[in-house]
Amino acid sequence: MIQLEQFLILSSLIFSIGVIGIFLNRKNVIVILMSIELILLAVNINLVSFSYFLGDLTGQIFALFVLTVAAAEAAIGLAILVVYNRNAGNVEIENINSLKG
Amino acid sequence: MTATLLTFYLFSSVILISSLMVISSKNPVHSVLYLILTFFNAAGLFVILHAEFLAMILIIVYVGAVAVLFLFVVMMLDFNLSREKDNLLQYMPFGLFIGIVFICELIIVLINTNLDLANIQILANPFSNFSEMTNTQALGSVLYTDYILYFQLSGIILLVAMIGSIVLTLRERTGVRRQIIVNQLDRDASSTELKEVASGEGIDI
Repeated sequence: MIQLEQFLILSSLIFSIGVIGIFLNRKNVIVILMSIELILLAVNINLVSFSYFLGDLTGQIFALFVLTVAAAEAAIGLAILVVYNRNAGNVEIENINSLKG
Repeated sequence: MTATLLTFYLFSSVILISSLMVISSKNPVHSVLYLILTFFNAAGLFVILHAEFLAMILIIVYVGAVAVLFLFVVMMLDFNLSREKDNLLQYMPFGLFIGIVFICELIIVLINTNLDLANIQILANPFSNFSEMTNTQALGSVLYTDYILYFQLSGIILLVAMIGSIVLTLRERTGVRRQIIVNQLDRDASSTELKEVASGEGIDI
């Protein structure tokens, strides 16, 4: 039978792939947004697997809220991306330095 | 090895491979398509975990809305992707170092934590009998009673996101001739002028 640890290892691997995707990507912002979606998916898998193995519904409820916030975040992020692309002409990470950070 | 375990390994291996392809493929359209594949397989994992409602919501919301939104943005905007300036190798050691450190930390935490699930007594909404009530019914009976405030707050978050994205992408174009109804209604006989137009000659205004 499946153990909880297998799901935890899977979700930690997906989380790490998302984090590596944020660090490795230097081309465009949209892959970074997709990496954030991967991270949120890993968190959801974690919550749902704990919900199943504990026999408690709260994890699924919170996975639902995480899904809501992820949808809102994707909408706002893509809107900012569209506006930035209209102003600057590209979305390359290296050229985004107008704040001189 | 049961069928459930085989299904788990199938779904999880496809998830890992396709999420690696999300972050490594050069074309953003391919990345979005691999992201959709990842979401489908994660929905399969949720079905294994008896979270059928969340699995279907994952397909509807993520694949149907979020991934299609990504696909719209990727395909409709011209991103001017400069392939030759792809300096992936410059950040490769740093990124791989951070990723490997992260994976090692998570694995160490997992190994050293003794997860004794049977002795956890603090259960807010216990639900162990999966055959008595459907998953959607059980979620609704908790979500609309105990978590009604958070449910409304997530509705407000979605409303704010909708208004925010509309306001961000709204653009006032210059040089567009619009209908001004007040000016039209203000016209009367004194502001108009009648002219005789000769046939076939036209008139200068």
